[in-house]
Amino acid sequence: MANNLFAVLDQQQLESLSDAEAQLEGEGTVACLIVPGSRLVEVMKLLQGNQALAADYLADVTAVDRGDSGFEVVYQLFSLANNARGTVKTLVARDNPKVPTVTSIWPGADWMEREVFDLMGVEFTGHPCLKRILLNEDFVGHPLRKDFRMQPPE
Amino acid sequence: MRTQTYELNMGPQHPSTHGVLRVLLELDGETVVKAQPVVGYLHRGIEKICEAKSYPQMLPYADRLDYLHSMGNALGLCQAVEKLMGTEIPERAEYIRVIMAELSRIASHQIFLGSLVGECGALTGFVFAIRDRERILDLFDMVCGARMTFHYIRIGGVVQDLPEGWVEACHKFLDDFEGMMHTYRRLLVGNEILQARLKGIAILTPERALAMSASGGVLRASGVNYDVRKADPYGIYDRFDFDIPLGTVGDSWDRMLVRLGEMEQAARIVRQALNELPEGPVMAKVPKLIKPPAGAVYHHVENSKGDLGYYLVSDGSAKPYRLHVRRPAFINLQLLDELCRGYLLADVVPVLGTLDPVLGEVDC
Amino acid sequence: MEVKDTLSSSQVKDLLKNNVIVTSFDTMVRWARSNSLWPLSSGLACCAIEMMAAGASRFDLARFGYEVFRPSPRQADIIIVAGTLTWKMAPAIKRLYEQMPEPKWVIAMGGCACTGGPFRDSYAVVQGVDKILPVDVYIPGCPPRPDALIDGLLQLKAKIQNPEIAKENGNGK
Repeated sequence: MANNLFAVLDQQQLESLSDAEAQLEGEGTVACLIVPGSRLVEVMKLLQGNQALAADYLADVTAVDRGDSGFEVVYQLFSLANNARGTVKTLVARDNPKVPTVTSIWPGADWMEREVFDLMGVEFTGHPCLKRILLNEDFVGHPLRKDFRMQPPE
Repeated sequence: MRTQTYELNMGPQHPSTHGVLRVLLELDGETVVKAQPVVGYLHRGIEKICEAKSYPQMLPYADRLDYLHSMGNALGLCQAVEKLMGTEIPERAEYIRVIMAELSRIASHQIFLGSLVGECGALTGFVFAIRDRERILDLFDMVCGARMTFHYIRIGGVVQDLPEGWVEACHKFLDDFEGMMHTYRRLLVGNEILQARLKGIAILTPERALAMSASGGVLRASGVNYDVRKADPYGIYDRFDFDIPLGTVGDSWDRMLVRLGEMEQAARIVRQALNELPEGPVMAKVPKLIKPPAGAVYHHVENSKGDLGYYLVSDGSAKPYRLHVRRPAFINLQLLDELCRGYLLADVVPVLGTLDPVLGEVDC
Repeated sequence: MEVKDTLSSSQVKDLLKNNVIVTSFDTMVRWARSNSLWPLSSGLACCAIEMMAAGASRFDLARFGYEVFRPSPRQADIIIVAGTLTWKMAPAIKRLYEQMPEPKWVIAMGGCACTGGPFRDSYAVVQGVDKILPVDVYIPGCPPRPDALIDGLLQLKAKIQNPEIAKENGNGK
């Protein structure tokens, strides 16, 4: 099993990085750091650049629709050097779903963020080309949102 | 002399795009200036559909993601649900799961190999690979009745035990497999034309591969040793003795050789698993109505295309709140543009072949 | 020595019976068409792999004359829609069908092409290719085995040779 990426940080460092005010439903079985959107890029740069953490691989970017609480954008990180894994989450409001992009840190986030934009409607500010990727350009709506009804069969 | 680039559309219906992929090529004569993939022609909305299904009903959809390595997809999803539920899987089921996943990996790489060489012009190679793959499909047919999308690996184990004579048949296949690999190496690895088509083309540096979140054969061909089976073992993979083939240069040739090596290593794992196969039940005691406790889990496995991950969020009810699939073929395909730039039009197809996209997984 | 340079009437009868057939032009054309169908390689998803396996050496479509998969619709007779059709892909398939010269036929291979299959509820999937194309033969399955594809092609062959079967029985069986 891979190690916990954040095990190397002590309690104080963890608290300075995470946003203790964001309450999310349910517990995770994954070691998770919750960060406010305004500090996301700074924290991600630290996680990648810091020698002890060395999160050099961004495995996944996705989003979960949490209803009125907003959207939860989830990042899965992996450190090849330390063989460690960790999750970073940030919560955005439903009426203004904007998150800064991490493509400047990991260029591989390009299509991952485009997919989240396409299917969930979360905008990534600073993304080089934020267009729909899986659905047609003229598709209306964001299907993975909980208020999007799937078409009933004709 | 004033020249101008022109745009050439490739796909979505095309014999060599491995499915419904569209590539917008901008060409300067025969040299590729830009190769932008357009995906989504097979986007079936699997993630949304799964939110309306129960946990066991999700499994057939996992098969249809990367339909060439169905067993591996189902393995990953079942293990994600089992992680949420905290279920222990019986030993025999664990071994059978490993055997099936590795056999499926060999079958997937055989299609990879066959398509790659077929697209370079060696159509006979394609027929050889498909013929040999039929042996594996026969084994799957014996065990669960299906050739391609199995629904065999279920939450808690596998749906039924191996029939009589299966283990012997599998051993026989592994004996013949050595001959098959020998044929592939003789026909293909020593082949000058194939070497000229693939060596030195589309070199991917390890730093760039890592930054672009590439995984699987694409990443390992560049020399980065990241295989989920070794880095973050799942199931009982830590009990087996196998190597991870790595490339040195990161060109198309290395990407092909890495997959050839992986086929041999997969056969090694199957041999060990067959020899150590214990007796016992093949399905754990799981409740009839599967309701994992509320929470979220990210579980990843090494599929033939790369690092396949499942992010599963449960709200305590019988239906998943959110399922997200981290699809290696989708993320690897981002590399197509930068890998093809500067090379010839005829190189685009083999490069696409070595990235090994399967559109069911790319588009989800 | 007697040289026989003429044939007796019974010999003529035998020769004619064994070497000459009398038929209609239509029957001949239909026989030729049905024994040499050139499919368009229009595999969309998982069923396409079984289509490839049908064309390979074990199931061998070549023994029926159907192994010549054409990449270009201009040279194809049948379009085998193998796999899920999405709304994004639908205009392309429609265009491919329109580009095929007459006579042409459509085979819907697999559950997804017949009715939408397991993805019927999806927001992005066309519920059966017959929403946009006139289908001649439906092959159910998920995926149908290559044997089932061959059976479907043979049903199409019977339909081409004798179009009245489909009209009379409706289901073509």
